[in-house]
Amino acid sequence: MKNLLSIDDLTKDQALEILDTAVELSRLSDSSVRKFPTLRGRTVVNLFFEDSTRTRISFEAAAKRLSADVINFSAKGSSLSKGESLKDTALTLQAMGADAVVIRHPASGAAHQLARQEWTKGVVINAGDGTHEHPTQALLDSFTIRRNLRSDQGDLSGLTIAIVGDVLHSRVARSNVLLLQKLGAKVILVAPPTLLPVGVQQWGAQISYSLDDVLANVDAVMMLRVQRERMDDLFFPTEREYSRNFGLNLERINRLKKSAIVMHPGPMNRGLEISADSADSSRSVIVEQVANGVSVRMSVLYLLLGGATSRDLLMTSAGGI
Amino acid sequence: MSVILNSGEISRALRRISHEILEKNHGSSDLLLLGIPTRGALLSDRIRVVIEDIEKTPVLKGTLDITMYRDDLRLRPPRALMPTEIPTGGIDEKHVVLVDDVFFSGRTIRAALDAINELGRPKSVQLAVLIDRGHRELPIRADFVGKNIPTAKNESVRVHLSEIDEVDEVLIEGRLA
Repeated sequence: MKNLLSIDDLTKDQALEILDTAVELSRLSDSSVRKFPTLRGRTVVNLFFEDSTRTRISFEAAAKRLSADVINFSAKGSSLSKGESLKDTALTLQAMGADAVVIRHPASGAAHQLARQEWTKGVVINAGDGTHEHPTQALLDSFTIRRNLRSDQGDLSGLTIAIVGDVLHSRVARSNVLLLQKLGAKVILVAPPTLLPVGVQQWGAQISYSLDDVLANVDAVMMLRVQRERMDDLFFPTEREYSRNFGLNLERINRLKKSAIVMHPGPMNRGLEISADSADSSRSVIVEQVANGVSVRMSVLYLLLGGATSRDLLMTSAGGI
Repeated sequence: MSVILNSGEISRALRRISHEILEKNHGSSDLLLLGIPTRGALLSDRIRVVIEDIEKTPVLKGTLDITMYRDDLRLRPPRALMPTEIPTGGIDEKHVVLVDDVFFSGRTIRAALDAINELGRPKSVQLAVLIDRGHRELPIRADFVGKNIPTAKNESVRVHLSEIDEVDEVLIEGRLA
């Protein structure tokens, strides 16, 4: 595993290795060890072309707990706002010796572009590219499901997960469908037809247009944010109607299985896709997802950067001449 | 490939080490046996059983994974992490006895000392190993040794324990007959 660009690049065993490593790391972080020397001297660049709170902070916390040096690079206040291209930015980071680039970009495929064109010799980690993928979010979601419903063991076979809402604009949904199915879970996508992408039938997931129909049969409901900033068209008549048909409220939570959990990748539109009281209910693991995000990203950084990287091999061969 | 310790010899060595640990620490109070996974953790558990049998009182135990503290991480692909389990009271003011199977360069123990340093401040740290094969690369020594085995650097010592390897034995590989 050289980069983490898409869930598609991972085998089931690699995905489980990331989750298992995260289990050990979260256990260690609980038992008073806050910092490991493992990535001392490595430089991790957070390259964010799009606003983000939890993903950027989570990657920053993960890198710092592994003793890496972190450079935060956001589009606002940098030469990016002067129109510098992704290529030139990447070449600059390369010249500064970045061992890993964590990239978030509004264009789908930006992380692939960065990795494939070899503008950087460092490891590339996709932290969300357009409406394409957000692999670390899917990994932390599976980690959270496995922790709550499978006691951190094995895969997710036998579980049914509903992903509800704005699937069309959601990179979180795409990565989750790929990963959950890879881990053996059954996925039901629940959304109005206008918020499902073309070709969704090929994803292998079941599709439902009614949240009420699926509630009783699922082990977890993953609510998606209605991405108003990406909506250049009218996708549903009114917010109230959307909320009535596809929003999660306490009455719907009461119809879930006793063991079922409620998830949301954040940031939430309270009152739209999820009511405030259900976001704060005892079934909600939304805050836990954020905490697990740090362990999972530590695991990804450790597995990609902890051992010998291609950049190391490059340096040793150069040093040998 | 030749067998240098058989099952009976391994259990006698562990029994002697258990007595030596008790002697040096004046009993088992404040004692914490910390095994280094995988086989060090199994040996640590066997020593605990012997000590509890002698002292008729429970002994604190744990495991310590040192992977994140290794100094050769960048020379190889990343390794899977093993469980670290520290008793709830922590390691402060305990006599910690690290247990490992084969004592070689000393780099594992150096990493373990770093890991312990992160966890707290024990009263003392001691080292028990089943096999000391020499070739130290750091100024580290063992307090309790099952058997000293002079080896050549290109030989390798394999410890097999019945919990995971079906039999109890210590083998040496690569030695010319």
